[in-house]
Amino acid sequence: MQTVETRLRTETITLNMGPQHPSTHGVFRMIITLDGETIVDLEPVMGYLHRCQEKIGERNTYLQNIPYTDRLDYICSMSNNLAYVMAVEKLAQIEVPERAEYIRIIMVELTRIVNHAVAIGALLNDLGCFFTPMLYALEERERILDLFEMASGSRMMCNYMRFGGVRYDLPPGFMPELKSVVAALPDFIDEFERLLTDNEIVRIRCQGVGILPPDVAVGYSCTGPLLRASGVDYDIRKVDSYSIYDRFDFDVPLGTNYDVYDRYLVRIGEMRQSVRILEQAIEQIPEGEVSVKLPRVFKPPEGDVYHRIESPKGELGFYLVSDGSTNPYRYKIRSPTFINLIVLPELCKGHKVADVVAILGSIDIVLGEVDR
Amino acid sequence: MPFLNDLFVNLSYWIHGFLARFLPLWAADLIMMLLTIACLIVFALITIMLINWLERKVIGRFQDRYGPNRVGPLGILQFVADAIKMFTKEDITPANADRVIFNLAPVMVVVPTFLMLAVLPFGRGMVAADLNIGFLYIVAISSLTTIAILLAGWGSRNKYSLLGGMRVVAQMISYEVPMVLSALGVIMLTGSLSLVSIVEGQSRVPFILLQPLGFLIYFMSAIAEVNRAPFDLPEAESEIIAGYHTEYSGMKYAMFLLAEYINAFIVSAIAATLFLGGWQGPLLPPYVWFFLKAYAIYFVLMWLRGTLPRLRIDQLMGLAWKFLVPLALVNLLVMGLVATLTQGKGLFPLVLASLVANGLIVAAVVIIYAFAMRRRRQVEVAA
Repeated sequence: MQTVETRLRTETITLNMGPQHPSTHGVFRMIITLDGETIVDLEPVMGYLHRCQEKIGERNTYLQNIPYTDRLDYICSMSNNLAYVMAVEKLAQIEVPERAEYIRIIMVELTRIVNHAVAIGALLNDLGCFFTPMLYALEERERILDLFEMASGSRMMCNYMRFGGVRYDLPPGFMPELKSVVAALPDFIDEFERLLTDNEIVRIRCQGVGILPPDVAVGYSCTGPLLRASGVDYDIRKVDSYSIYDRFDFDVPLGTNYDVYDRYLVRIGEMRQSVRILEQAIEQIPEGEVSVKLPRVFKPPEGDVYHRIESPKGELGFYLVSDGSTNPYRYKIRSPTFINLIVLPELCKGHKVADVVAILGSIDIVLGEVDR
Repeated sequence: MPFLNDLFVNLSYWIHGFLARFLPLWAADLIMMLLTIACLIVFALITIMLINWLERKVIGRFQDRYGPNRVGPLGILQFVADAIKMFTKEDITPANADRVIFNLAPVMVVVPTFLMLAVLPFGRGMVAADLNIGFLYIVAISSLTTIAILLAGWGSRNKYSLLGGMRVVAQMISYEVPMVLSALGVIMLTGSLSLVSIVEGQSRVPFILLQPLGFLIYFMSAIAEVNRAPFDLPEAESEIIAGYHTEYSGMKYAMFLLAEYINAFIVSAIAATLFLGGWQGPLLPPYVWFFLKAYAIYFVLMWLRGTLPRLRIDQLMGLAWKFLVPLALVNLLVMGLVATLTQGKGLFPLVLASLVANGLIVAAVVIIYAFAMRRRRQVEVAA
């Protein structure tokens, strides 16, 4: 045995996956060292989509920054809006009318469903499904995007939230449409689960792959579904409740095996919980104002503020420093996927090439937010 | 009806007779041979057109969309548009590629595909060459594809291509074993390797009733053999871009596509021939039956492609060597026993005994699986 092993000389190869690659979710690049098909080392390279968002943010007035937040994670523009707007509201101490709070919650939870559906669809694409789950997810997303269009006039770059409320009140016909969409959502999730959850191939591809133990997850400061799939009960909606989340009754799904399959299950579970929140919000939403009057030239007081929300992908935070002028002095974005992505090499070592894309898919990245 | 049944056979006799009036017999034979070859090639091209359109349409329906619907009625001319696009594309050879191997591979991948058409019995008497070693010929020829694809993977000088090429070799060699072993059961029943005799042997009952398990094993290995989903690892788009044909463009890429689609059709056709009774069937002309069965199996291929994710390379090899090969061996042994024991006792005992035996094998597999899972859980709990 010994002689055979020494005589066989093998080499590792370096594979440059990306920035142009079908399953790097944009322009992400991984330098992979392979021994046959097994990953020896992986080095993530980011920055191909860097647009100086934070520097631009210092040039803009506070209001002008809202559309820029749409372009961070372009799948969930509503929750990016919310995080930024709430940070500014905290800085300037603006009270938000009750109806506006409800509208915000409805929009953000719809965004969460969109994001998780697309994330699972993309994960399955990475696993080699020929677009079927992805297209099912997109079909449901279309209906929700129609709702966004009714409310804000735009499907993806919503630019809907404002300091002290939202841009417009809900148009007539929105609520019935919303009710029918929300009523259809459980069926959609059930159908999705029938197709995927007990699928033997999905299971063997996902179970036991990319295990992220709780201590490592916390050590890398992962957040969002990635962290909760590692069994850590940390949902900012619960632990550091903001807006009116304390009024809703919902659970936080947790993973038990810390693998890709658990991340899938946690996302499915969160979609169901979002439906629950939406149902309660539809019932409770009051009539009234949707925004407060602010001066034309908006100058928040001096000071700094950090506000974070549970965006669909994890902890999305905005750190703002104000010098009392019309522009923020510093505009910093804590993007969840950028920080979640750091753990990728840890997850991939020892797995096969095919697992890398599955693990990457399960982290759920959007390059617009990673590179900012 | 008899006129329609033997339409193509009579047509060929008529042409042959017509030619023989002016030409010496050998010349007439030669022209007939060339005509047959031309027919097969035209048939292959029409098939790929039809299959390509059908696949895109059917998968479109699986995914709640229309599929191609712009070029021609129902989008049926989409393939023509695609072909024109392929022809006019720039033909790129990478600077560091091994030119000879790189350019040879697309040709080598198409030739075996056309060769395989020669022994397919499309209908009663409708076979280009009734080889008495028909099935062996198919196994031998289809292995040539492996070499061609490895050449493509190696010659491109691209790491994705190389990975794809390596995967092809591992996969196709592994899956040939259960494929041949499961087909042996059928050959055992007919006592002939000739595809024509195999079809004739199913005049009373199609072999799928005698060997449902053999059919399943054959079908699974055949899907892997032609690199279709869920076993499409060699060209796994989400992992290694396009696998062995990453670097190909234009016509050469089209050749790979052509070979892939026709191979998938041929595999369905062979499955129909071996297990579903080929062109045997009531009322309709034989060739219609053949195509109905072949397309029915091809539909299942599309269905799988539209539904399932892909396996991983180690799981793929595990499935072949740890599951399909042992199962195929047991199946072969049991089917041989059944065939020997019920010899000369008529058809009914044979069918009954075969079904019972298949049921027993499946039950055994289920019991072993359940036992293994329980044992595994015990070990996991202990650990």
